[in-house]
Formats: sequence, structure tokens, C-alpha cells
Amino acid sequence: MKRSLALAMLLAVSLAPSARAANEADYKAAYAAAEAASKEAAGMRNQWTVTVSTLAAAKKAADGGDFDRAVAASKEAEALARASIVQATSEKEAWKAMEIR
Amino acid sequence: MASSIRVRATANGDITEVQALIQHPMDTGLVKDSKGEVIPAHFIQQLKFECNGKDVFVADWGTAVSKDPYVKFSFKGAKKGDELKISWTDNKGASDATTAKIA
Amino acid sequence: MKARSALLLGSLSAALVAFALTSPRVIAADKVDPVADAKAFQNFFFQKFPNVTHEDFVNGPYSMNEDMKRQWQEKEEFPPYEFALDAGKEMFSTPFKNGKTYADCFPNGGIGIRQNYPYFDTKEGKVVTLELALNRCREANGEAPYSYVKDEMASLTAYMAFTSRGKPMDIKIPDDPRALAAFENGKRYFYTRRGQMNFSCASCHVQSPGERIRAETLAPALGILNAMPIYRSEWSGMGTTSRRFVTCNSQTRAVPLEPQSDEYRDVEYFLSYVANGLPISGPGARP
Repeated sequence: MKRSLALAMLLAVSLAPSARAANEADYKAAYAAAEAASKEAAGMRNQWTVTVSTLAAAKKAADGGDFDRAVAASKEAEALARASIVQATSEKEAWKAMEIR
Repeated sequence: MASSIRVRATANGDITEVQALIQHPMDTGLVKDSKGEVIPAHFIQQLKFECNGKDVFVADWGTAVSKDPYVKFSFKGAKKGDELKISWTDNKGASDATTAKIA
Repeated sequence: MKARSALLLGSLSAALVAFALTSPRVIAADKVDPVADAKAFQNFFFQKFPNVTHEDFVNGPYSMNEDMKRQWQEKEEFPPYEFALDAGKEMFSTPFKNGKTYADCFPNGGIGIRQNYPYFDTKEGKVVTLELALNRCREANGEAPYSYVKDEMASLTAYMAFTSRGKPMDIKIPDDPRALAAFENGKRYFYTRRGQMNFSCASCHVQSPGERIRAETLAPALGILNAMPIYRSEWSGMGTTSRRFVTCNSQTRAVPLEPQSDEYRDVEYFLSYVANGLPISGPGARP
């Protein structure tokens, strides 16, 4: 479980770099996707602190005009949010395995 | 307002064992509050225990002592019923004192 | 003859109907059985730590480590929560602006009742914790509520716990499907993994009590709330049950819920119920 989360994150991060420099439109799209995923996680009552801080880092980088970094951070935040959604979904049943009976 | 000092002193033969708990923030001056502003240093500089007119324990403290400090020590030469006077002064000039009977 | 067979048929069908009506309840009870859950929960810890006396579990990490226990016993002669306790006692007896006191809000004047909290309020259909009840008492008397995590709230609960020391935890689950649902939801919350660290409450406090997590010795989940509120040297101050839940969540890198949200109320209900019979030891002191 843990390993697959890490793998998902790695994949998402490694896919991020692109040939050309990112612009504001790239950032806005990436950020909107990340924000939507993080909202979905929050709705499942399973927001991660790192998703929130990575989203904030993306915004900060964009405000400073560094869109490459802002897009990378947005993609990472989205991957984190997706991982938290996967966790919350699988835990809907998986928690029972931990239960003392 | 209750005293900032709690003391318990018990004589056992020749030896008197003293325990004290002092309520004090002991701010180091290196910590920031939630707004990011530095909390100014505020700490006890001297702590003194007197018994029968004699200092039995004097401590010159700095910022390395924890919040709400606890002290325990023992000394010779007091007996049950003697009065122990405890006082502290801090770097802002505040002070407090109390007395306790040795039990 | 005809009448007799009709009667037989009638009673048979009545029995069938009765069976049909009762059977879902039997299944429901099979699914959520707090009594069996509590028994299994306690037995797990009793078997895992055969050398720890049952009442000692409420002393958290000190029940797991001999050295820590000796240091703590020395500390208890002059406990760090004493200032909070005195403040709590004073606040408890100080009347509100309207002349009423906390004692008017609680059974038995609020003395010696900690072991009955949290309870399930059948009118509201939700779990009511001691902290929640205290703030509701304030609001009903026209006072602003306190922060749930520390300071005044911790002082008040410290005093109320102190007057109840040694009394066995006595949480009731009324015959109400919503109470069972709250218990089940609390259990689910306790065992559900969350945060980037992928930890549940049970990862630490069921699987690894007595083990270290960095410099800390983990407390067993059994009886963990009996010692609340606690003075933690790490916080250099007092903290409530709410604070414990919030910090546990953020340490696993999960965004904590609002203090006294439904999940926290339910998990407090679950954890308190499974500790039924163990004595109240709060306020506690922890490293």
C-alpha cells in the first residue's frame, strides 16, 4: 500500500518536467486540477497536511513568476491529493483488518 | 491570586528534604508567537531558600531552565517546625516569596 | 376441525411474521456488539502485557517502562498539573455573570462524574463529551465558550477528573441504533489509516505500545483517555482530549478535524467504552 503510494507520487513527479518553460496558463490548469483533487480529499475527511503546504508553495512560486516551479508543485500536490483519495477509498473496508476481535 | 511557589519540606533526622515547584513562563527570548513576533525573554534570575537567617540554597538561573521549574535538594542543620523562606526575582524585576514550615 | 387447522395456520403465520420482524435486529446486534468488542479489546492488552496489572494501563507509558515509572512516581509527589488543578477548582466555584455556576449544569454538582463522560444524548442523537458539555454550560449561561485544546478547558476538566479519581470508567450505550452507530463510527475512525504516514490510531497504540517512536514511549490505547487531561512536558502545558486527537492527526500528516467534530466525539465514545471498569487517573503527567 505504502509502496504503491510512493510509486504513484514518483511517477507523477517524473512526468512533470517538460521541454519548454511553463507559462501562466499551464500553471492555472495544473493548479485547478490539484485544487479539485484536494477538495475531493477534504470532502472524504482525509486531507493531508503536505497537500495543503504543496499547494501553498505552488501559489507562492506563481506569485513570484516562477511558473516552472509552480507547475511542478501543483502536479505534486495533485499526486498527493490523489494518493490521499486512494487511501480513504481503500480504508473504507481495509480498516476492519486492523480491528481487535 | 495564589502564590506562584509550592514548597514541601520534610525533616528526616538531621537532613531536611525540600521540593519546590514555581510557576513561571521562563521565556528564552528566542521563541516566536503565532504571529511571528519574538516573545521577549522573561526568566527567573535568582532563586533563594533561607532557613534560620541563613541562605541554604541560592540559584542564579538563566534561560536554560524549563517553564514552571521544579527544584529538589536537601540540607543539614534544620529541625521540624523551622521556617523556610523561599523567594525569586526575575529579569523584569518581578518577584514572589513564600514561607513554609518544615514538617 | 376446520377451525382448529385455521387456528394452527394463523399462529404459525404469526410466528413467521414475528420471526421476520426480529431477525434483522439479531443480525444488527451481531454486527455491532460493544460488549464483545470491549471484552476483546481489554483481553488483547491483558494478554499482550501479562505483567501489567489491569488498573495500571491507565498510567499510559509508565505501565510499560520501569525506569519511566520510577521517575514519574517521584514527579507525582509534586505534579506539574497542580497549578492547572488549583486554577480549575477556582474557576469551577466562581459564579458566571448570571450568578449560576458549572455545578448547576451537571449531575451531582459536577463532582465525581468524569467516569460517565462521554455519554450518548438520546435527544440530540449524538455523543456529548465532558468538554462539549462544559462549553454548552458556558453558552447557556451567556458566557463565551473556551478553546477546546488547552488552558481553561484543561484546568476545568483536570479538576473534574481529579474529583473522580479511582472511579471506574462507566460509559453506557443506550438501546438506540444511533448510539450503536456512533460507537461503530468511533471504532472505524480508530482503525482507519490516514495522513501521508498512513497511520491509524491503532498503528501506534494497539500494535506498538511500550515501543519507542523517536524519544517517546507509546501508551497503550486501553485506558488512554482515563488519564485526560494531561500535562505534557513536550507541550510544557496542559492539553485536553481534543488536543490529543488533533496533534495525533497532524503527526501522521493528516489535516486535523475541528475539535469536537462528530468523528472525534465518536472515537472518544468508543475508546472510553472499551476502557469501562478501569479507574479514572486524570489529570495525568506525561513526558
